[in-house]
Amino acid sequence: MSGLVWALLGAALAVILAGCGSAYGVGVAGQAAAGVVTEDPSKFAKVLLLQLLPGTQGIYGLLVAFITLSKIGLLGGQAADISMTTGLLICAACLPLAIVGLVSAIHQGRTSVASIGIIAKKPDQFGKAMLFPAMVETYAILALLISILAVSAIQV
Amino acid sequence: MSKQLAYAVARIRALEVSLFSDSIIDQLMGAKDEPQALSFLEEKGWGDSQISRDPEKMLEKEEEKIWETINELSVDKEKFSVLFYPNLFHNLKAAIKAIGQGKETWQFFYDDVELNRDEMMEIIRNKDFASLPEYMQEAAKEAYESFMHTKDGQLCDVIIDKATLDAIYKDGKNSGEAIISNYAETTVAVADIKTALRSSQTKKSLEFVKRALAKCDTVDVEALAKAAQIGVDSIKDYLRTTVYADGVEALEHSPSAFERWCDNKMIQTIQPEKYNPFGIGPIFAYVIARQNEIKTVRVILSGKRNQLPEKEIRERVRQMYV
Repeated sequence: MSGLVWALLGAALAVILAGCGSAYGVGVAGQAAAGVVTEDPSKFAKVLLLQLLPGTQGIYGLLVAFITLSKIGLLGGQAADISMTTGLLICAACLPLAIVGLVSAIHQGRTSVASIGIIAKKPDQFGKAMLFPAMVETYAILALLISILAVSAIQV
Repeated sequence: MSKQLAYAVARIRALEVSLFSDSIIDQLMGAKDEPQALSFLEEKGWGDSQISRDPEKMLEKEEEKIWETINELSVDKEKFSVLFYPNLFHNLKAAIKAIGQGKETWQFFYDDVELNRDEMMEIIRNKDFASLPEYMQEAAKEAYESFMHTKDGQLCDVIIDKATLDAIYKDGKNSGEAIISNYAETTVAVADIKTALRSSQTKKSLEFVKRALAKCDTVDVEALAKAAQIGVDSIKDYLRTTVYADGVEALEHSPSAFERWCDNKMIQTIQPEKYNPFGIGPIFAYVIARQNEIKTVRVILSGKRNQLPEKEIRERVRQMYV
């Protein structure tokens, strides 16, 4: 198997896993947001922000995939000749964001649901409610950082 | 994923804002008479603009609103079956007595259950017990035969009440939901304690008490039945060894204080659901909280109507969920 396939697999995993996690997180938070808006439409803006928080992992996945594709020359239209070892290295570099993105987006979605519950009862506590799911974001950002550093550091 | 019920729980959270807190109950208590209390309730959105200021109709409407909300949430109504059993078994009891006494119009029936007046009457009239849900069949047959032979309404009540508690306990345990299981356990245990107290005061036989008490995990029915034979103090001594020890103090105060303690115990059981963002628990807790709220408002309105002293009404006012 060519190294290019492994590199592409890494990029795909970053997009797929982080995207799936975000889809779940935004979905479950959206259900909760809809529940609150059914009873009190004035809280729409606040719950929408909380719903959007778990969507960032999908964007991070896209970012890592872009950097990876750029690195292996696929975005320029001329694929680089990559050895198996280099391909595997790029794949491994994508994994932190792929895995942490999936898990953190799921948990961030669930935390967002809990925070939407705070908004439903105490809308004046919006700032505090935002902090709980935002804390989960830390780990997605750490994984993003490592994935970007690792992909960028690999010599092609 | 479907069991998370994120939409339903979030909607319930938004609805919890309009539940009565202890301070709102205090404001209601401050009303000088029933019309003023009704006016206060109307301001809080109770009742319906279509209905007149009839307290019973207002409370009925509020009960209806609970189930309208639950229907809109698209949750499995089977999960709430433990709440329907008392009314369903009441219909069975009423049908057996109506048929047995030949006075079909004398009994009150609930319509919002699986088998309403006409269906239940038809089944009992034809002795078609197999058409009843499985958990009712045996008790229905036994209660029917005992009532037909002895015309003893109390025995009929004991058989059916025990079957009700057995059904609640079994359904609670099989629900797989901690809150429903806890609710069922508390309901059965509290009912057993009340039965033991009544039996002790009316000097019922050990056999009768054992027959009336339903099995549960937190109360040893054998020990409770034996305590009931000795006397109320013995029941209190037994309760001190159980998780219901704090009910003894209420029991010593007055029967209404004990009733209040029983309802407060239930509210304490469901309190943790206020912080649970997923699952059937918060929805189930909301239903119990609303029913508790309606019961408390009924007590206050009735007290105001009969011009009871505030102290007496307050003794019957339940703890609120929020």
